Amino acid sequence: MRRSLQRHWYAYAMVAPVVVVLAVLVLYPLAQGIWFTLTDINESSIANPVLDRPASYSFVGLRNYLNVLSGDGSYGAFWGTLVRTVIWTASCVVLTYGVGLGLALLLNRPMRLRSLYRVLLILPWAVPVFISAFAWKFMFNSQFGVINQLLGALGLGQPVWLGQTDLALVAVVIVNVWVGVPFMMLALLGGLQSIPADLYEAAEVDGATPWQRFRDVTLPGLRSVSGTVVLLGIIWTFNMFPVIYLVTGPAANPNTRILVTYAFERFFSGASRDYAVASTYGVLILSVLLVFATFYRRALRRQEAFA
Amino acid sequence: MSIETLQAPVVNIPVRHKRSRARSVGLHAALVLASLIAVFPVFWVLVTSFKPDGRAVAPTIRLFDESSLANYGDVLSGQQGDFLAWVANSVEIALLTTVIAVFLSATTGYAVSRFRFPGSRKLLLSFLVVQMFPFAVLIVPLFNVLLTLGLQGTSIGLVLVYCTTSVPFCTYMLKGYFDTIPADIDESGRVDGLSPFGVFWRLVLPLARPGLAVTAFYAFLTAWGEVAFASAFLSASDESKTLAVGLQVFVQQNRVEWGHLAAASILVAIPAVAVFYLVQRFLVAGLAAGAVKG
Repeated sequence: MRRSLQRHWYAYAMVAPVVVVLAVLVLYPLAQGIWFTLTDINESSIANPVLDRPASYSFVGLRNYLNVLSGDGSYGAFWGTLVRTVIWTASCVVLTYGVGLGLALLLNRPMRLRSLYRVLLILPWAVPVFISAFAWKFMFNSQFGVINQLLGALGLGQPVWLGQTDLALVAVVIVNVWVGVPFMMLALLGGLQSIPADLYEAAEVDGATPWQRFRDVTLPGLRSVSGTVVLLGIIWTFNMFPVIYLVTGPAANPNTRILVTYAFERFFSGASRDYAVASTYGVLILSVLLVFATFYRRALRRQEAFA
Repeated sequence: MSIETLQAPVVNIPVRHKRSRARSVGLHAALVLASLIAVFPVFWVLVTSFKPDGRAVAPTIRLFDESSLANYGDVLSGQQGDFLAWVANSVEIALLTTVIAVFLSATTGYAVSRFRFPGSRKLLLSFLVVQMFPFAVLIVPLFNVLLTLGLQGTSIGLVLVYCTTSVPFCTYMLKGYFDTIPADIDESGRVDGLSPFGVFWRLVLPLARPGLAVTAFYAFLTAWGEVAFASAFLSASDESKTLAVGLQVFVQQNRVEWGHLAAASILVAIPAVAVFYLVQRFLVAGLAAGAVKG
């Protein structure tokens, strides 16, 4: 230990500031957050120095977990919400990846106006998410929104997009895919450009069809980039808050409720500021993601070992 | 057959440029359609920003409908909420977060990139895990910490909160950038008698200036657009809001002022978009490089 300290002291000194920040701002709050899930802390029992009020919450054991995991409606119908979160995450990531890969393949060839297309296609990433959310909320409006006007002009139905139906979930998925495609596209484009051109030439010489070239050269070449961006996409989408919160409005729509938006609802919405339940949701979300990420990385590594 | 095979690499390059007319049209049609979808929402906000609130929700849609610059005037003069104060708050909070995060994370990013010391892998993994944290797991304890420190509702409190995500993020990005600077430079510096800190400070940091800039811009934009913590932690008074919170006012309480909201949105988006286009080329490389090697 001492030897390691002697040899690496400068490395430790350089790392120290960030470790301190992580300890104070992440690890300590995390520990406290886990502790809160075992209490009945809420707006009226949290310590508030401004009101000169000491903390008055108490230990309740695993009651919060039992309440939440029972799937009871008054605790956010956990299992139903989890299923909706998974559907939301899967459809967003699959669509974003598919569209992103398609556009990257189109852009990855010499042609006219290529850089113009590139600049236009990444605009959704450049605009702050809260602005995009407002723009789509405006366009999805059932009476004056441009989307329904367009559907009407084409003689199609004019649905209420953001009402209390599953259509609202479709709408927020569309918004999130629109927001997420540019990052996928650029990351995959970078991956495509790093595939050596002679691999394609060799495949062509061997008489491979375009589909075979895609399957046997492009996809394996993209494996490491794909593994990373899909993992990032899943984590970001699972935790995606602003799109749903701002598009469906602060008065939460149960049809677009995912785990994080419900946690925020419990933390923030006027009537029931139940900090204990909000924390319980936070810990459960984190557990789901950690378990998933562990399996994902293991699967990825196994795949690499076989390749 | 054999002759063709031999010639293939030479012929190949011009052949690739040739595309049948139909395929060329299809390619451009697909890209034009995708570009339209990408640009349209922003274009529509721009069009709406010139219309009065009443015309913005008209049942028949026109490109120009009593359009004028009046919305911009109203927003900037503060008739619809203290827009300039929101801008000032957003700039202050995002700038402070960025400076603190980049300042703290540069040394760590360098150490993790260059030295194999016990715990370095674990540290790197912890940055990745923190990226996974839903804000929900930290929102209550951070609220509690801010209450205890008397910082609840203040800009400084929000800066502290943003450091929880931006410090690990910046470290990750910078580590990726330092990886691209050849280690030979460090070694020659050491041979010339510089200390490890000297190498970092005098040789590597100046070379990493583009990476530092990109990381800083991205941290800035992230704080600039954050919604959840800002909505929950800032006090309700109008002059303490950030843009992400303030703009919600336009669509709440049955006063949906779409024309004004659109004008405010355009004003917010212009600087963000401009900065984004300056740094985007480096951004993807940084994000991907940092992530792949974890």
